[in-house]
Amino acid sequence: MSMRTLPLLFLNLGGEMLYILDQRLRAQNIPGDKARRVLHDIISTMFNKNFIEELFKPQELYSKKALRTIYDRLAHASIMRLNQASMDKLYDLMTMALKYQVLLCPRPKDVLLVTFNHLDAIKGFIRDNPALVHLVDETSQQLIEAYGGLSAGEFQLIRQTLLTFFQDLHIRVSIFLKDKVQNSNGRFVLPVSGPVPWETEVPGLIRMFDHKGKEVKRTEFRHGGNYIAALKEGSFELYGDRVLKLGTNMYSANRPVETHTSGASKNLASQSQQSIAPNPLAKEELNFLAKLMGGMEIRKPSGPEPGFRLNLFTTDEEEEQAALTRPEELPHEVVNIQATQDQQRNQELARIMGEFEVTDQPRWSASKGDDLLAMMDEL
Amino acid sequence: MFRRERSIPLRGSAAALCNNLSVLQLPVHNLTHFGVVHGPSAQLVSAAPEGVPLAQRQLHAKERAGVSLPLITQVHWCVLPFRILLVLTSHRGIQYRLCLPEELLPVATSSVWVRGPRAGHWEVLEYKGTWSGRVLVFDVPAKGPNIVLSEELAGHLTSVTDIASEHAQEQDCIADMVTADDSGLLCVWRSGPEFKLLTRIPGFGYSLRPRTPLYTSGS
Repeated sequence: MSMRTLPLLFLNLGGEMLYILDQRLRAQNIPGDKARRVLHDIISTMFNKNFIEELFKPQELYSKKALRTIYDRLAHASIMRLNQASMDKLYDLMTMALKYQVLLCPRPKDVLLVTFNHLDAIKGFIRDNPALVHLVDETSQQLIEAYGGLSAGEFQLIRQTLLTFFQDLHIRVSIFLKDKVQNSNGRFVLPVSGPVPWETEVPGLIRMFDHKGKEVKRTEFRHGGNYIAALKEGSFELYGDRVLKLGTNMYSANRPVETHTSGASKNLASQSQQSIAPNPLAKEELNFLAKLMGGMEIRKPSGPEPGFRLNLFTTDEEEEQAALTRPEELPHEVVNIQATQDQQRNQELARIMGEFEVTDQPRWSASKGDDLLAMMDEL
Repeated sequence: MFRRERSIPLRGSAAALCNNLSVLQLPVHNLTHFGVVHGPSAQLVSAAPEGVPLAQRQLHAKERAGVSLPLITQVHWCVLPFRILLVLTSHRGIQYRLCLPEELLPVATSSVWVRGPRAGHWEVLEYKGTWSGRVLVFDVPAKGPNIVLSEELAGHLTSVTDIASEHAQEQDCIADMVTADDSGLLCVWRSGPEFKLLTRIPGFGYSLRPRTPLYTSGS
C-alpha cells in the first residue's frame, strides 16, 4: 500500500463532488448567489490549511466508511442540505467517476494531471475570491513538492492502492453508459485507439537483433487498434496545459446526473464481506477521523439566511423512491466521535461536531474510547 | 487454432495489474493451476481438463500481527527442474511458497517483478520504477528453504520491464539472458560463476514511420 495516496483520493473525489453539485444547483435553478455561496463554503472547508496539512502526512488509506463520513460533512459545510438518498447518489457518482479516471490514465503518473484538472476547475468556481484561489494554489504547490520527484514505480503503487480502494464497485452511471465508456455490466471500456502514453512508441513493429546489437530483421504485426503518437506531455506545473481530459468537468447543464443503482446491492454484499474481516487499523482510523474533523473549520451561516435542500434526483418522488429501495447496510446515522482522554480536545471536537450536525438526523454517541470500535461495527 | 473451453469463475475479481495471470500446467497430474492477484490476496484455482474447477484458495503475504496486509503486485508459478515455487511479490518484498509441502520463506529485499527460471538459478526483476534498474539473481537449491541472493546485476539506469532467458546448450553459445528497461535499452548477458554483460542495444526511437529518435544510445 502506498502511504501517499490519501491526498490524491480526497482532492479528486472532492473535485467530482463540486462538479456534480454545481450541475445540480443549476438544474434546480438555485439562485446564483446561493449557489456560489455553497461552492465557496465547501471549497474553503476543503482547502483549510490545517486540514490539508493533516491530509498530506504519510498515512495508510483508510476505509470507505471513514472517507464517506468526511464527504458527508463536506457536503453539509454550507447552507445546503442533502437527504440520505441524494448523498448516497452523490457519493456513488463521485467514486465511479474517479475510478474511471484512474483506470484510464495512460501512465500511473498521469493521475497527477487528473488532480491538477480538478484543481484548475475548482479555481474556476471561485475565481472572484483571490484569497481562496491562493489557498488552492498552495495545495497545488504541495502536490508538486510531494509527488514531483516520485519514481514510476511509486506511482504504480499509488495507482494500485487507488484501484484496490475501488475494486468491485460497478455502479452504472448514465453519462458513462451513453458515452459508451461503461458497459451494461458496470465494467469500463478500455480504448484501443487514440494517443499512446507519453514516451511510448506506437506498437506494430518487431525488430530482431543479433548478440552484437546489429538489427538483422524487422517485421510488422497487426494489433487491431488505431494508435497514434502522443503529441505532447501534460504540464505538471502550477499553470499549464494538462493535455489529458480525464478529470475535467464532464457535466454541463444539458447532461443530467443519473445513476442506475440496481448493481448497488450486489456490490454491498461483497463490501460487507470485506468489512467483517477484523481491521487492525480501526482504532487508528477513528483517531484519524477525529483529527481530520478537528482540522475542518466550519463557518456558521451568518445572519438569518435560510438553508435549502438539494435533490440529486430529477423529482422529489424519485428521491423518496430511492430512499425506500436503499440497501440496509448503508450507514445512515451521523457518527459522533468523542475522544475522552483529552478533556479540552473533547470539548473542542464536540463543538466542531455540533456545528456539523444535521438537525433532522438521529444522533447517537459513544461514551467511552473503548466503544469506538464497537461503534464502527454498528455502522 | 484455439478452442474456447469452459470458463472458470474466480471468487474475487482480478486486480487491474498488467499480466495478472499465472498458469502452471502439470500434464502428469492432469491439472492446471491458475494464480490471480486480487488486492492483498492471491487467488489460486486448480482445474481439471476442460476447465472443471477443483479447488480454490486465497493466499496472503504473511505479516506480523497488527500490521496491515501488503498489496500483492504479482503471483507467479516458477517451474524449476527439481521443484516448483509459488512466488508472491509485494511492495514489501518477495515471499515464496513451495508446492507440497508448503513452507514460507520471507526474503528481505526491495519490491520485485518475477520472471523466468533458468537451470539452478532464477532471475528476479526489480519492481518497475521502485528501484532503478537492478536485476537480482537468486540461487535456488534443489532442496530446502535457503533461497539466497547471489548477484545483483547493474546494467540499466531505469526500471527493468522484462527478462528473457534460455539455457545455452552449445559450447560456443553466446547469450543466456536479455533484459529490457523502460528507456528501450536491451542488455544481453552471459551466465557463468558471475553474469557478464555482453552488449547494450538501444531499442528506442524506431517506429513504422521515419521519426527522429528521442533518445541517443546509452543515455
